[in-house]
Amino acid sequence: MAILEVQHVSKSFGNKEVLKDISFSLEKGQVLSLIGSSGSGKTTLLRCLNFLERPDGGVIRVNGETLFDAGDAVTGQESEIRKKRLHFGLVFQSFNLFPQYTALQNVMLAKELLEKEKPDYKWRKKEIHAQIEAEAKELLDQMGLSDRMDNYPHQLSGGQCQRVAIARALALKPDILCFDEPTSALDPELTGEVLKVIKSLADQETTMIIVTHEMAFARDVSSQVIFMDDGHIMEQGTPEEVFINPKKERTKQFLSRYTEG
Amino acid sequence: MEFSEQLPIVVQALNQGFLQTLKLFFVTLLGAIPLGLIISFGSMSRFRPLSYLTKIVVWIIRGTPLMIQLLIIYFMPGLMGNNIWGGGESGRFLAASVAFVFNYACYFSEIYRGGIQGVPKGQEEAGLVLGMTKSQIFFKITLLQMIKRIVPPMSNEIITLVKDTSLARIIALQEVIWAGQSFMKGNQGIAGVIWPLFFTAVYYLIFNGILTVLLGRLEKKLEYFR
Ligand SMILES: Nc1ncnc2c1ncn2[C@@H]1O[C@H](COP(=O)(O)OP(=O)(O)OP(=O)(O)O)[C@@H](O)[C@H]1O
Ligand SMILES: [Mg+2]
Repeated sequence: MAILEVQHVSKSFGNKEVLKDISFSLEKGQVLSLIGSSGSGKTTLLRCLNFLERPDGGVIRVNGETLFDAGDAVTGQESEIRKKRLHFGLVFQSFNLFPQYTALQNVMLAKELLEKEKPDYKWRKKEIHAQIEAEAKELLDQMGLSDRMDNYPHQLSGGQCQRVAIARALALKPDILCFDEPTSALDPELTGEVLKVIKSLADQETTMIIVTHEMAFARDVSSQVIFMDDGHIMEQGTPEEVFINPKKERTKQFLSRYTEG
Repeated sequence: MEFSEQLPIVVQALNQGFLQTLKLFFVTLLGAIPLGLIISFGSMSRFRPLSYLTKIVVWIIRGTPLMIQLLIIYFMPGLMGNNIWGGGESGRFLAASVAFVFNYACYFSEIYRGGIQGVPKGQEEAGLVLGMTKSQIFFKITLLQMIKRIVPPMSNEIITLVKDTSLARIIALQEVIWAGQSFMKGNQGIAGVIWPLFFTAVYYLIFNGILTVLLGRLEKKLEYFR
């Protein structure tokens, strides 16, 4: 069974239709790359999955559980949304780290707040804290940041910030981790270190959806590629199908921009 | 009277006047800091009539001299046949407090608004995506960033407030300048001397000096992040 099923999702801002009948599914442990030109709706799609935007139509299912159904008002209730969000993680283009916390604190904060709400937190405070800290340190270590844990975001490079942001998202163990152009805000020499980390996550079979303009990377890392154009899914398939033998003229046109020059 | 005889009399009067200055200063801060927050919420309200109304009031209060506001607030009720302030120094103090609190709350509200809107939307979104509640996001993430943003402009307003308290002299509130001036006209056998007025300046300088150091420290404390 697919870990994620998206069916007929649509979304408009005012009278501008930004997502039109988006349907796809994703298997556990696979990586989906979303490509497409600026304004085609990639960010909006990720934001819908993370409940930062509410779709106007369609269904979103994770592990067979219906998280959102535009036809069923109950699934859109604010109180429920918070829990459902935890199925997804989101890494932003602009990192959005919390500036007043160190790298380690950034990774620990959300988990700690969640644990605090549990009834047994009071009694096992120390133990829980130690466990969260150990996990956070291990994640940062995995991101190659063991010597940066006590630095504040402004003391880190863009690439380091983005790796902290990835660790922060992973700390909540989301079923599906989404990336919105994770390297677009980085200097070219720093993109490599972030892509390497994402590649290693792919090797560990982390289920991911990656919006990217790094075509070579997308080809290398993904099991499935979706090319979006003007709110539609124009073409989807394996990297070979989309990158090497695209069927649609629009896809060829788009890809040619990356091969030339 | 010898200068050495005049000095203790003057200092005693100035101390008393400065006490009134300090009282007005602290009452204004205590009232305007929370009231300003309420006004800033009003001006950011999605309910249009409320936000327009608030913005117009803020525009009027910030666009007219505090001195006019003081005069109107103090004298208008009496002239309309109902002196709600009561007589004497306590009545003047009450009226001055109302005028100052309201005036400063309007200035503070604009500073708060800048501070609140200055925190990038991405901060809240990052919190939401991490499963935090709105109140967790406010208290754990945005509040401190807002405070950091508002401390420098608030410091400026607070220093200005110290000096603005002297405006209450226009309704004869017996603050420190009123006390200093009294020795020009004649008070306790001392008349026609200007030097007590210079002394009042020293009170302002010292108090503002202390405030500048304290507020500077607070600003420094928040410098550990950007
Ligand atoms: N909150 C919003 N209100 C109104 N229009 C919006 C909003 N968010 C996005 N849009 C519009 O929706 C369209 C799709 O935007 P989106 O950000 O999803 O595109 P994108 O594929 O991520 O583009 P890019 O590659 O530039 O990031 C754009 O035309 C954009 O102007
Ligand atoms: Mg985008």
